[in-house]
Amino acid sequence: MSDEHLKLALKALKDRFGLQESQLMKYPPTLEAEPDKIVDICQVLRDEFGFNFLCELTAVDYWPEEEPRFNVIYGFYSHSNNVRLAIRVPLNGDDPTLHTVEGIYRGANWHERELWDMFGINIEGHSDLRRIIMPHDWEGHPLRKDYPLGYEEPQFTFNYDEIDKRKHHARYEEA
Amino acid sequence: MAEPLEVSYQELRHLVSERALNGDTVLLNMGPQHPSTHGVLRLLLELDGEVIINCIPDIGFLHTGIEKNMESKRWEMAEVMTDRTDYLNTTGNNLAYCLAIERLAELDVPPRAQAVRVILVELERISNHLVWLGTHALDLAAMSMFLYGFRERESILDIKEMCSGQRMMTTYFRPGGLWRDIPSEFEIAVRRFIRMFPGRLKQYHALLTKNPIFMDRTRNIGKITAEDAINLSATGPVLRGSGVAYDVRKAQPYSGYEQYDFVVPTGTHGDVYDRYLVRMEEMHQSVRIIQQALDKLPYGPFRSNNRKYVPPPRAELGTSMEAVIHHFKLWTEGFSLPKGAVYLPVESPKGELGFYVESDGGNKPYRVHMRTPSFVHLQALPFLCKGHLVADLVGIIGSVDIVLGDCDR
Repeated sequence: MSDEHLKLALKALKDRFGLQESQLMKYPPTLEAEPDKIVDICQVLRDEFGFNFLCELTAVDYWPEEEPRFNVIYGFYSHSNNVRLAIRVPLNGDDPTLHTVEGIYRGANWHERELWDMFGINIEGHSDLRRIIMPHDWEGHPLRKDYPLGYEEPQFTFNYDEIDKRKHHARYEEA
Repeated sequence: MAEPLEVSYQELRHLVSERALNGDTVLLNMGPQHPSTHGVLRLLLELDGEVIINCIPDIGFLHTGIEKNMESKRWEMAEVMTDRTDYLNTTGNNLAYCLAIERLAELDVPPRAQAVRVILVELERISNHLVWLGTHALDLAAMSMFLYGFRERESILDIKEMCSGQRMMTTYFRPGGLWRDIPSEFEIAVRRFIRMFPGRLKQYHALLTKNPIFMDRTRNIGKITAEDAINLSATGPVLRGSGVAYDVRKAQPYSGYEQYDFVVPTGTHGDVYDRYLVRMEEMHQSVRIIQQALDKLPYGPFRSNNRKYVPPPRAELGTSMEAVIHHFKLWTEGFSLPKGAVYLPVESPKGELGFYVESDGGNKPYRVHMRTPSFVHLQALPFLCKGHLVADLVGIIGSVDIVLGDCDR
């Protein structure tokens, strides 16, 4: 029953949006979609095929490759049919944008903030796009592959001002 | 020093109501060092008198960069870090990580290892719920529950120490099985625990379940409907408290859960009290699962025989050249996983814990992402606490059961 439902959903998505099956993902079954289609796909998945639950939203950085630089992974689950499905969205360039799916799955809000914080993926139409895990004046996006691991000078009381001067406070200047 | 307060106000302006700008309501900072927030969680509350109008969680104080750090460690080294995310459910995190690796490597786990994994993970579930119960009751002014909860938890930690030498951060599960076989005292200790525990559970029920103060402070507080809970991606007891019987152990069984007979408890009202009842019943079901797993604990190898991923036994090193080579390879460069990615969820005590693991064919993870239940559930907190009193907030935070190490990773 549930396998049939999954096949039906995969076939419908392939036909309607012209999607390809991803060879990389071993589980769950995954389709690759262009970034501009993701909102429509989410809408169809939730309303027509009962994938009412967004279980996973994350990204991978493929630096130094440029096309695609990122892959964003959406994982869906259907409570009524007990099947999982995922969508991978390749994004090109250093400063990619993606439209929010917050209107369809409210739970996407924080995941998308995490995408912005950790990968620098711009989320269009997001209600509250702030950094979530890193401090609000942080520079760079730590989970990108070109972001070094370590080499951050610790900021203590005696050298706080000195290091603080070197940081770029774009937001302070605006405010 | 720079003044960060001014900027925060500008940034948060769109999150508070118009009345806050006029000064009708009060903005109150709660945390990060507040005993009732179960960790380093900061909440910005907009209050009208005692009533919460808006709640803005601010997380990240416990961010340790584990996901980034794992990318620079070998597969088996990175597993040590999974313990440190949710420090109340360490074996559960190990299990999720190992299952993802085993799926990528197509590695079979022998039945004995699977049964031991199930026993330890269910013990861990009880231990996690005991900490939750103790702190939750402590928040609601039932002091003694905390002491009882930690007393029982101690015997679970002893069992874990017996297996792995560590009380909390065990890393006892390894890709392909277990680190070593369980000691002979293991079965006696676990049996003693499950014989003792149901009686203790009755005591907890006697202390809290019909306690009028506890009921007043938990019933009809922090209500969430099933639709809202699903839309907010809630899982685990938060979702089950609202009446959705979704449990990964039942829905998509892993590690041999399909062999065991257990019930997924659900609530009806979706309030703090129902989530409490769900967790209490879950502890009881965990005891049942442990009982069944112990009764038919199979003999046999405790880890896979695939030498590409699993080290050979010590005794073989003296006689087999091949074993020495495998041992040397595993201890110098580790194992490599075939190129691919997988998202695999397990049922942690807090909800669905999913590991997205990607390999580029090397001996290090290319990307590991943890879909942690605390992160997702904390997102639902503003929806749960709107319209309630500040005093109820600590009860609501307790009822979603968060661990900030799990949330910030």
